[in-house]
Amino acid sequence: MRKWHVWMTAGTLLLSGELSLNGKLQAAGWNMPVGVTDISREVHSLHMTIFWICVVIGVVVFGAMFYSLFRYRRSKGAQAAKFHEHTTVEVIWTAIPLLILIGMAVPATATLKKMYDASEADLDVMITGQQWRWQYSYLGEDVNFISSLATPREQISGDQERGENYLLEVDQPLVLPVGKKVRLLMTSDDVIHSWWVPELAVKQDAIPGFVNENWVRINEPGIYRGQCAELCGKDHGFMPVVVQAMEEEEFDAWLAERKSAASEEAAGADREWKLDELMERGEQVYGSICAACHQPNGAGLPPTFPALAGNQALLDDREHHLDTVLNGVAGTPMPGFRTTLSPVELAAVITYERNAWGNDTGDVVQPSEIAEQLAE
Amino acid sequence: MASLPPKHPVQQGTADAAGGADAHHHPPKGLLRWVLTTNHKEIGTLYLLFSLLMFLIGGVFALVIRAELFQPGLQLVQPEFFNQMTTMHGLIMVFGAVMPAFVGLANWMVPLQIGAPDMALPRLNNFSFWLLPVAFTLLLSTLFMPGGAPNFGWTFYAPLSTTYAPPSTTFFILSLHIAGISSILGAINIIATILNLRAPGMRMMDMTLFVWTWLITAFLLIAVMPVLAGVVTMMLMDINFGTSFFNAGGGGDPVMFQHLFWFFGHPEVYIMILPAFGIVSVIIPTFARKPLFGYASMVYATASIAILSFMVWAHHMFVVGLPLVAELFFMYSTMLIAVPTGVKVFNWVATLFRGSISYEPAMLFAIAFVILFTIGGFSGLMLAISPADFQYHDTYFVVAHFHYVLVPGAIFSIMAAVYYWLPKWTGHYPHLRLSQWHFWLSVIGVNLTFFPMHFSGLAGMPRRIPDYSLQFADFNMVSSIGAFMFGLSQLLFVVIVFMCARGGEKAPAKTWDGAVDLEWTVPSPAPLHTFETPPQYRPAEADH
Amino acid sequence: MATPNPDTQRNVNRTVIKTLVVLAGMFAFAFALVPLYDVFCQVTGLNGKTSAKAQSLVSGDVDSSRTVTMQFITRSSAGLPWRLETQTRQVRVHPGQSTEVHFSFTNLGKEVDVARAVPSVTPSEAALHLRKLACFCFQNQRLRPGEKMEAPLVFQLDKQLPEDIRTVTLVYTLYPQEMEVSSSG
Repeated sequence: MRKWHVWMTAGTLLLSGELSLNGKLQAAGWNMPVGVTDISREVHSLHMTIFWICVVIGVVVFGAMFYSLFRYRRSKGAQAAKFHEHTTVEVIWTAIPLLILIGMAVPATATLKKMYDASEADLDVMITGQQWRWQYSYLGEDVNFISSLATPREQISGDQERGENYLLEVDQPLVLPVGKKVRLLMTSDDVIHSWWVPELAVKQDAIPGFVNENWVRINEPGIYRGQCAELCGKDHGFMPVVVQAMEEEEFDAWLAERKSAASEEAAGADREWKLDELMERGEQVYGSICAACHQPNGAGLPPTFPALAGNQALLDDREHHLDTVLNGVAGTPMPGFRTTLSPVELAAVITYERNAWGNDTGDVVQPSEIAEQLAE
Repeated sequence: MASLPPKHPVQQGTADAAGGADAHHHPPKGLLRWVLTTNHKEIGTLYLLFSLLMFLIGGVFALVIRAELFQPGLQLVQPEFFNQMTTMHGLIMVFGAVMPAFVGLANWMVPLQIGAPDMALPRLNNFSFWLLPVAFTLLLSTLFMPGGAPNFGWTFYAPLSTTYAPPSTTFFILSLHIAGISSILGAINIIATILNLRAPGMRMMDMTLFVWTWLITAFLLIAVMPVLAGVVTMMLMDINFGTSFFNAGGGGDPVMFQHLFWFFGHPEVYIMILPAFGIVSVIIPTFARKPLFGYASMVYATASIAILSFMVWAHHMFVVGLPLVAELFFMYSTMLIAVPTGVKVFNWVATLFRGSISYEPAMLFAIAFVILFTIGGFSGLMLAISPADFQYHDTYFVVAHFHYVLVPGAIFSIMAAVYYWLPKWTGHYPHLRLSQWHFWLSVIGVNLTFFPMHFSGLAGMPRRIPDYSLQFADFNMVSSIGAFMFGLSQLLFVVIVFMCARGGEKAPAKTWDGAVDLEWTVPSPAPLHTFETPPQYRPAEADH
Repeated sequence: MATPNPDTQRNVNRTVIKTLVVLAGMFAFAFALVPLYDVFCQVTGLNGKTSAKAQSLVSGDVDSSRTVTMQFITRSSAGLPWRLETQTRQVRVHPGQSTEVHFSFTNLGKEVDVARAVPSVTPSEAALHLRKLACFCFQNQRLRPGEKMEAPLVFQLDKQLPEDIRTVTLVYTLYPQEMEVSSSG
């Protein structure tokens, strides 16, 4: 009876030791996060189970090995035995791992099945990867925006002190409601990207021409950060994913606000804009969308990313410039922005490109002109 | 080149179809001798020196990567060049360092271990070696081309490597073709040698594990290198001739690229580890002075790993959106590989058990191999669990995993082999004290480099990024320090090898008292021509 | 080198020939994998690929006991000044029922262009139960500047569609068919 008690205590101690160790490792950023969805919890527990199985096997195998290495040293006069096979032992050490694996496969299969069930979602979001930003559109809601890296270049080059969320911050996060099942549809405009947020345990490739689905139901409000996980070219490391989870009412308010902002933006296309206004807005758009490739000074990175400063082909041919920005160029990383930017943003950025960095054409592209083109 | 084995008059042979005899008639002098040689030992030496050179070049690329990752921010290189470095590091290490090193060891040791006078096809042997410098000169020259070297990772996923690739990609494809042909020819030669040139009386089940694992590896090469050739040919056509194998816009499929690539790629992974199993299975019994435990089960385990390697490829693609059934199939089949791999590890431990163990440098590397490779195996098992892999996939956890199986796995086994057979090649023991320094610096360096990567990966650091968020800074700093330690200690290895070639303590024919295989019956250094009269093989003597 | 045994030499040659045959076979196999992969995709629905040919209607009862939401998404790609639209964002159908949905193509550019809408289905298991009886995605479309074209899609979800699939999404991505790689950005 006493012995039993001792074992219980030891077990509890070991378990709590494991838990506190695990907690410490997580806090220090040494382990996989438990995350904020039921699935991420299951994945974490699978991870810890298989980890401890490996630790136990490791202790046994390395224990036997180090015992032999110390005990049977020739320098201590060990004489070699002659045996070189033992059928029973060999059968046992083939069978036991097999049983462990089966024990491991059962919970893994169950979790995987749950992860694959994206049916009956409350909200569908389409995620499109683009070199090197994410585009989110809320299906059926007419809300659609681009999310790109917000960390200033000065921090990357080291001219400015790096912030807490260095490289893990975006201009517009993906906003999702808490407690709702959200289906995520993924695709890409150019190369393969992979959308990953560790705390949601969602990692899914975004493949050009094909659509993948995944889903998430977030339990706690908060901001969750991740990154693109598939090498996608030059700025693969500068393509973060930020998800902001909020309570449902808050989310609804946010969505309504997005919609009214969009219609306000659309209304902006009706009026006449001044060069200064367009330049100011254009610089903003250029900085968040275009500068990664064409560089803040418009010099580009030839041959892949052509210069915009002094680019006569563009400056002499206004139509060509509009066509390129609106429709993109096939077979290059240049996407078309006709559906992702508003007429005002398009007009502003084109105007900016035609007047910045000494281009000085004096051209003004009016949002109304773009709106007309898009409506054709 | 003072260490060259002495030339001695060659017995006149009737012209044999493979053409070995004529080449020795008037052996050319100087450089030309090495260019034209058809001798398995000289070609083996060429392969080994070539792979050492590639190991150092690939290592420099790795250090460029680690230097940039020493601290957050972009300090030394720009992201485009960083991507070229990761790509070239991977390609050079896989195709230029590890594979040629194993082929070099096979060239030297397979004929000696089976009692054959040479490889079955000596002239082909010369050709397959000299393709390599051509292939890798071409590959390295892409660094100086406009648009830079390939920058899409050693796995070159389409469409990043087709529609969006730099102009140098065509040269990259060509160099992979040439390196592939070299591997295929080498494999044909090894198969022909092992199947036909064994000493009279030596059955298949009498062969050493090194010969066995190489035979199986050669079959894997024959099976998958043509698939690689096919894949890169399709890329070439997509890039230059307007086909769309991998372009969704033209009715192709980028995911198919990954299926084809990993159908080659996973067996390729085993091509880089099976010969290592063989080497360790030869070295451990020698220094435990006890026959290998479970010889037959080692052979069967190797064969089953090779067969399973064709059924697990999509575990590299768990996040591309496979259907549930496929995901489950590849999860189960991958987990199954743990069984034969476990058998191998248990057999090595059982060989050590009740042995009489001494710790020569070769043995140190072999023991480190068993421990560190097993750690890589554990992380491999974790990666097989598909739901958990969604979190591990394409993070530093994967980088830690495959570097554990490749560096203290494949590379350590090659070093163990070099320390084990150097006395046979040069006639001298390598400098003991320096070898021990090399071992301990390497072991510490390797673990400092790669162990923290497990943590940064679990904490969320994706692989192949030139800059990272601040939470990963400490891990990366430790990794970088370890990498420079490991890298610099390899210079010591170069020194040891060249010192050993020039002189040192004389080694007898039977260099190690526990050694039993046929190569220890010929003098040290092994003369250029051995086993001209096939030895009569007596199983009892070899103690299997 | 020692006098080679003629038997040995013959055996070596035989081994070499055998390995060369395997080699040629594997090279051919790599290319054979391309059509095999397509077949495999259609059988298992891997990757959400749908058949590229019109399929016939499977007649029979409509399974009105369950309703599936069929969603349509249209996307365009770089370098093509076209618009692909549908008025029907989603439609609720019973398995077995055949339904017609209209899409419109508009060339907003200043040149004649050729393009094709490439379909993809998710969840991928549904791809094999989605039968398209008529679809614009089977061939290239050619439009003059400013031209607008209506095109129907007639489809049926067969009754074997797994019970747990309640939403099927069909995405069309419009790709230009005369790829002209130009370096101007």
